[in-house]
Amino acid sequence: MDLSVINPILLTAALMSAATPILLAATGELVVERAGVLNLGVEGMMILGAICGFAIAVETGSPLTGFLAAAVGGAVLSLLFALLTQVALANQVASGLALTLFGLGLSALLGQGYVGIKPPRMPDVNFGFLADIPIIGPILFSHDPVLYLGVLLVAAVWATLKFTRIGLILRAVGENHDAAHALGYKVVRIRTLAIMFGGACAGMGGAYISLIRVPQWTEGMTAGVGWIALALVVFASWKPWRVLLGAYLFGGITQLQLNLQGAGVAIPVEYLAMSPYIITIVVLVILSADKSAAPGSLGRTFHASH
Amino acid sequence: MNIKTLLASAAVALGLAGGAFADGHEKTKVGFVFVGPIGDGGWPYEHNKGRLAVEEALGDAVETVYVENVAEGPDSERVMTQMALDGADLIFTTSFGYMDPTINIAKKFPDVKFEHATGYKRADNVSTYSARFYEGRAIQGHIAGKMTKSNIIGYIASYPIPEVIRGINAAYIHAAKVNPDVEFKIIWAYTWFDPAKEADAARALIEQGADVVLQHTDSTAPQAAAQEAGNVVTFGQASDMGQYAPFPRVSSIIDDWAPYYIARTKAVMDGSWESKDTWDGIGAGMVGIGEITDAVPADVKEEALAMKAAIADGSYHPFTGPLKKQDGSDWLADGEVADDGTLAGMNFYVEGLTGEIPQ
Repeated sequence: MDLSVINPILLTAALMSAATPILLAATGELVVERAGVLNLGVEGMMILGAICGFAIAVETGSPLTGFLAAAVGGAVLSLLFALLTQVALANQVASGLALTLFGLGLSALLGQGYVGIKPPRMPDVNFGFLADIPIIGPILFSHDPVLYLGVLLVAAVWATLKFTRIGLILRAVGENHDAAHALGYKVVRIRTLAIMFGGACAGMGGAYISLIRVPQWTEGMTAGVGWIALALVVFASWKPWRVLLGAYLFGGITQLQLNLQGAGVAIPVEYLAMSPYIITIVVLVILSADKSAAPGSLGRTFHASH
Repeated sequence: MNIKTLLASAAVALGLAGGAFADGHEKTKVGFVFVGPIGDGGWPYEHNKGRLAVEEALGDAVETVYVENVAEGPDSERVMTQMALDGADLIFTTSFGYMDPTINIAKKFPDVKFEHATGYKRADNVSTYSARFYEGRAIQGHIAGKMTKSNIIGYIASYPIPEVIRGINAAYIHAAKVNPDVEFKIIWAYTWFDPAKEADAARALIEQGADVVLQHTDSTAPQAAAQEAGNVVTFGQASDMGQYAPFPRVSSIIDDWAPYYIARTKAVMDGSWESKDTWDGIGAGMVGIGEITDAVPADVKEEALAMKAAIADGSYHPFTGPLKKQDGSDWLADGEVADDGTLAGMNFYVEGLTGEIPQ
């Protein structure tokens, strides 16, 4: 056992990158759930975003365009969910599961011509002299733009929900859609927009895996990240900063356990392998002791005539 | 997506529809259960190639069905039951974790023949088959030991089962033989297929100084991570992964299931099928060694090919004594060769490897 082989700077930098797909998808899902909709299709939207982003990035040579396409792809797929649940009033749980299955199948079909291709690389943001600061530079100022976008997104969602009128309306719709409707807010329209936002975020999260983290296209490559993002939203008590904490914790411990294994630490591998899940859950459960509850109308269907 | 794949999918759909109607004579129905997506470029991909070869070789006489992404464990029983109820005559369950489910379902359908890959439990209607991948691992180990400069070889392992442990041992023995200073860093990913995690594991190994990364997981993600790092050698696993040749991928182990699948399907058709255990290697063609690229020095390549030839004709066994177990106890005496029983249930490291096998 030799812990000195683990470089804490590289490890911290790696954890931020590892956490970003979960962070993006979970932030999107948080907005959806705060609007009172439970969309279990995160995995499907992520994988579709992964292939849309990958394909467009390869065709245009621009990873940034790829990310845009991933957001559009995720949002379009989520529209299907919106149509089912908001217009046809279908069951949200079943529709979400169907969306995941559909997304996995559709992405496999779309991706047939893209196996084994290398995508264009997303350049890191150039922070000039900031990147040369020891320790802080490599950790904070040596990443791709989407990683920063993820963090900014959390801040933006937090501020919007807390301080703005739009956020207030969104929360009202999520807490009690009948009351919001009585006040004259367009519940279905607001929820549809929230669902699309969630889809776009999930799509970008997926593209982060296929364009930056792995980077390649393989069928089923999200491998369950969408489900972790879903769980994270619940354990984070629907609060944006806790989502960030949870995602970094999960990503960080995942990286740490791989590194510890490589360094030959004398902890049984089984415990290391389960540690990201356990520690993330424990920390977030302790944090949620303030009894913050789920949005009141979460998962309930709304129709103006009810 | 291009026009060709669209047309191909349309043709497949038409073919399926046509097949359903053209029911002149009884077809032999062959089912395949896959642990990951068939487009992963690794293990299920090669099994699916075997399935396609069956269709090609036997044409209208067979119909094949498959289900991808079937989780190992109880859920796979549901898939197998469905296949058996749908009239499958022969079902290939292609991952180790399907072992007990296969035995359970085989009891319920005594008329259906089952073939379980890489397991060790058989019944009257359950055969097992596997390939001696460790023969390929020995060759990889030799090349890895010669090519590493940092003397650190990373190994992305999947699950602590005998097949994976055999691979680690075979690679280590042959790496250490040509390079006594070599050290193996092993990461257990606890997955057969998770590109992001495999990439992370590869990066963790590379950051810790590994300049050769061996993988026993199915995706090409570690290859991509190695390519990014620039000076790291990798090997294709289960499939050629030739898109990463000539570097970082310098060679590969290729599973070739086609001849076996065709033979077994034929055996079901003519009624000669019986339960047996098949374990073939390089000699029988079940294990192929992908092209060794020019990134490997010529003399090393020559040695590797010589070892391949010796293994193929049976003059060399990768587990030949003197060998000791990790705890220092004797395993094989000088010149003694490991028996198949020990290999099939291998649950120990050989001397020199550090760390413990997860239990």
